Amino acid sequence: MPRYLMQRLLAFVPTLLGISILVFISLRLIPGNAITATLGTEAGMLTPAQRAALERYYGLDRPHLEQYFNWIGEALRGNLGISVRHGKPVLEVIWDRFPLTFQLALMSVLIALLIGIPLGLLSAVYHNSIIDLCGRLFALIGLALPNFLVGTLIIYFLSVWFGVLPNAGDFTRFTDDPIKNLGQMIFPAFTLGFSFASSLMRMTRSAMLEVLGEDYVRTARSKGLRERMVIRRHALRNSLIPVVTLIGVEIGYLLGGTFIVEFLFSLPGIGRLTVNGIQQRDYALVQGVTMFIAFNFVLVNLMVDLIYAAVDPRISYKHHA
Amino acid sequence: MLKRFQGTHPKVPPKETEIKSRPGVFSRLRRNLSGMVGLGLVIIFISIALLGALGATPYPPNEQYRADRLKAPSHVYWMGTDLYGRDVSSRIMTGAANSLRVALLSVALSGTLGTLLGILSGFVGGLLDTVIMRIMDIFFAFPALLLALVVVTVLGPGLNNAVIAISIVYTPIFARVARGPVLSVKAMEYITAARCLGLRESYILFRHILPNMLAPLIVQFSLALSWALLTEASLSFLGLGTRPPDSSWGVMLTESRGLAERAPWLMFYPGLAIVLGVLGFNLLGDGLRDVLDPRMRGRR
Repeated sequence: MPRYLMQRLLAFVPTLLGISILVFISLRLIPGNAITATLGTEAGMLTPAQRAALERYYGLDRPHLEQYFNWIGEALRGNLGISVRHGKPVLEVIWDRFPLTFQLALMSVLIALLIGIPLGLLSAVYHNSIIDLCGRLFALIGLALPNFLVGTLIIYFLSVWFGVLPNAGDFTRFTDDPIKNLGQMIFPAFTLGFSFASSLMRMTRSAMLEVLGEDYVRTARSKGLRERMVIRRHALRNSLIPVVTLIGVEIGYLLGGTFIVEFLFSLPGIGRLTVNGIQQRDYALVQGVTMFIAFNFVLVNLMVDLIYAAVDPRISYKHHA
Repeated sequence: MLKRFQGTHPKVPPKETEIKSRPGVFSRLRRNLSGMVGLGLVIIFISIALLGALGATPYPPNEQYRADRLKAPSHVYWMGTDLYGRDVSSRIMTGAANSLRVALLSVALSGTLGTLLGILSGFVGGLLDTVIMRIMDIFFAFPALLLALVVVTVLGPGLNNAVIAISIVYTPIFARVARGPVLSVKAMEYITAARCLGLRESYILFRHILPNMLAPLIVQFSLALSWALLTEASLSFLGLGTRPPDSSWGVMLTESRGLAERAPWLMFYPGLAIVLGVLGFNLLGDGLRDVLDPRMRGRR
């Protein structure tokens, strides 16, 4: 296991390097630079000498390769640059916003788990029944409904029927006022959790159906075990593997920024930070946030691989060593 | 004994040795309910988009009838009007044309590029396979919408740039989908036999490997169309896809924000259009998978 972990960590390095190169090149392709981003139209009024001085200050007079190595060297030391719009180090801005996105991701995954897994399980156990039909319909609709539509509908019904505006007012942190915070987060979390519950339901149902047809399940039944025991001890655990993958991938995506939902519910998380950074051409911020998101995503995928062993005793990492 | 046996069955007709040919994909799809519902929805969607593209809309989609602002659905305006007095049904139709154009072009681009990369990677193998797949892994490390956002930031917002952004997002998926079957078919004995016969590599690729990849690719195309529709709508919703005054379902939903209480039809119709469009391609994809890969039948 430690050897496998080392192998995976080593494979992690070239992927991260590739991501950093891609992010660096992408942002250098955007018309304009840090000077025009900071000064806006006033950049046009700079004298050549002033421009040259600013280029020297931002390191833009250096060759691209040198700029890249400077950036990545600083990034490895935890310095992702200064956000021109926030006037703070990028990492500080990210850490300020990350708890919200993290909480949103956890809450939406929890909601999805509470809906998706039992529904998928029931659908598979009562295959081709009315329960199964309802479950499949739920999944179909959930997958076809985009997040921004679910969010818009939630905001509409809450405001029209209950006079509540979930996207109004300043955001309250969980540590400041847990009740108020949960009240603000529950609707965005449900918006995100709804579509994930649909894919989770489909995956659980599909995996359960496959496992329920296996010989060992038939053996367990023929031994006279109660159906509940067969499902809980033999079928459910084995059908959790693809489900764990899906949960891992989804957490990676959610930690990467829940752009639309944060935008829709006016939540100051990583997603809204990215969209604002893009709209305001805050390059250092976009560069830093993109690296942070990709890093999280790759890290979560690695963790999912390692969790496999805990979920499925058949998987042994000795083979990989 | 033999004589008696023969004598008892003198009139048994000879066994029919003719092998019935397997019914075509469409014949099998006709027996698949979800596939047929999906196909029906897709045909309706394409027809509406074609009418929108040809300008056969009830009203000019960008024409502002200022006296008729925020009119509820009626026999004059079937789906009501928006804040500027534009007919919602006409904008839904042109929105369908724009959304379909972006979805088709981006899936065609990513499908072609991704499939070529996947085939190349799987068929040639070795270092080329490692390099291509590691590059694809890098693209996979970005959540789809973030990658699309970065690309749109580089290229600028707009319909054509949305096509490029969505294509870049989905190319790695097609590459993975195409590479898998190439690897499994390449290891089959009949490919070894074909090589032993001295057949050219290109002949083996086109005659033996490509036909075996078509099924997963067709399914992937249909599903990718639904994702592309959603991504385009999401980008437009964030103001980075289709730009006003051009219509798109995502743009229409953004424009309905803050007005949903006074004019719920502004949110309802574009929302319904997105759901039915995506549902159509999803159901068609599921149906095609059932038909083309019988192992998956009833599993979803």
